[in-house]
Amino acid sequence: MTSLTDLTLAEMKAGLAARMFSAVELAQAHLDAMAANRHLNAYIVETPELALAQARAVDDGRRSGPLAGIPLGIKDLFAVEGVQTTAGSAMLKGFVPRYESGVTANLLRDGAVFLGKLNMDEFAMGSSNETSAFGKVISPWKARGSDAELVPGGSSGGSAAAVAARLCAGATGTDTGGSIRQPAAFVGIAGIKPTYGRASRWGTIAFASSLDQAGPMARTVADCAHLLTSMCGFDDRDSTSLDLPVPDYAAGLTGTMRGRRVGIPAEYRLDGMDPEIAALWDAGIAWLRSEGAEIVSVSLPHTRYALPTYYIVAPAEASSNLARYDGVRYGNRVTPPGGNVHDMYAATRAAGFGKEVKRRIMIGTYVLSAGYYDAYYTQAQKVRALIARDFELAFERCDVLLTPTAPSPAFAFGAKADPIAMYLNDVFTVPASLAGLPAMSVPAGLSATGLPLGLQIIGRPLDEMGVLDAGLAIERAAGFTARP
Amino acid sequence: MSVDSETVRKIARLARIAVTDDEVPGLTEQLNGILGWIEQLGEVDTSGVAPMASVMPSGIGGQLRWRADAVTDGGIQDKVLANAPDAASGFFAVPKVIE
Repeated sequence: MTSLTDLTLAEMKAGLAARMFSAVELAQAHLDAMAANRHLNAYIVETPELALAQARAVDDGRRSGPLAGIPLGIKDLFAVEGVQTTAGSAMLKGFVPRYESGVTANLLRDGAVFLGKLNMDEFAMGSSNETSAFGKVISPWKARGSDAELVPGGSSGGSAAAVAARLCAGATGTDTGGSIRQPAAFVGIAGIKPTYGRASRWGTIAFASSLDQAGPMARTVADCAHLLTSMCGFDDRDSTSLDLPVPDYAAGLTGTMRGRRVGIPAEYRLDGMDPEIAALWDAGIAWLRSEGAEIVSVSLPHTRYALPTYYIVAPAEASSNLARYDGVRYGNRVTPPGGNVHDMYAATRAAGFGKEVKRRIMIGTYVLSAGYYDAYYTQAQKVRALIARDFELAFERCDVLLTPTAPSPAFAFGAKADPIAMYLNDVFTVPASLAGLPAMSVPAGLSATGLPLGLQIIGRPLDEMGVLDAGLAIERAAGFTARP
Repeated sequence: MSVDSETVRKIARLARIAVTDDEVPGLTEQLNGILGWIEQLGEVDTSGVAPMASVMPSGIGGQLRWRADAVTDGGIQDKVLANAPDAASGFFAVPKVIE
């Protein structure tokens, strides 16, 4: 029999239902794998006692639900009651929430088992996991013939590494500009960001509130569908939560592309695009065509302005959201000798935030400051409206869009020391975030160096089902079986 | 628009982040790099375009909801104070504000 940790989430569900193994055995197999792979630094906190107690309750019949006994890792952005939650920041070291986030409460309602809290870029600001105050996460993948350690992507890098290395059946991620999709692509797993408002933001530490969305990361599209169904749903504590029914995505999944129109945005074919990425994209187009889809060329004319728009809107919202870390109500506090309350604020924030977070808070503070607000922030929100309009027009001619997820495979630590070079990694993922659209990455092939590459599917608002179906079609056609 | 070291100090003050003299030149260079890059948005013709106010259009549930103006929570003082760096007599405590 294959190792329990190698099963897909769907296979674990079936095995538990058939009593082929117990929830405790399944949890223990993962806890053992976590202990043997601590060098990846995927988990900030492991919660073996909690996991085994939750699993025992499943075995005893005290807990049930569609995810009963499924061992998950939780990104450290989600508040889990009684478990340290830090957002990867020194600012929140030792913070133990006395409440449960909306998303994790849904997963617990459905019987899931929590293995621990997953490492991430500080406050979800990063694309490589190098900004975590708890140390970088190392990808379980290595390039062929090289021993160099590679980034797992970010910001949900701990989630990506843990799922790829079989340290959990699936994980929660969050995506503000690509933080689920880019790391999923880098480690050869699937991940979906639903429509803005589908998953509750309540109890998820805020980065940029008009962009932040939670979503699942797992080894198959079907596994993502199971988790997405559980994670989504209306929450009246989140003012932008959508009060709409959530379909059973796993039950509805068919992978059928016959009669579907797939849009290929011309502007995503960048000058100087990596030929491997271009070839993979062409393969994806051919796969969907042979599955019966009609391929349509579409235009998203404002694509090139998406990244600069994002780097105004996201830091602006972050500077406001992160104003709460003042050393008074929770988290770190530093008081200089003889200092007053203002000195305490400034010293606390200087000591608690890392370089990238400070940089973004300062950019956000500047673009919102008197005299610059209209030139930067208002203009960015106007361009954002144009970007959303581009998608609306494209979706008059197609049902889903197919693009690469990232412009390159995973890179080495320190390879993108210039902030803008790092930001450019999200060139294909940021536009859908700005428009609030559902989007997913599916593993589709390997680079010449043997590293995973992903394809991205973007859908209409609320059409997660269409995105997952196209994802499944790609997954079947690609037959991606490589593992770290 | 580019920022000078005085502006960087002012931004840091507004953001309540203490910066040392050593940090200012590096920060100035980095902020100018990023600001110079995002400046390209100025070339987009946005005349007649309304800034995005809500991510999801109201037609698909993006309208903000009303709720009764009523207390929905409370009586959890111990939980609220549990993570405070300094709590005293049921309050958050801070260094002296008034001499």
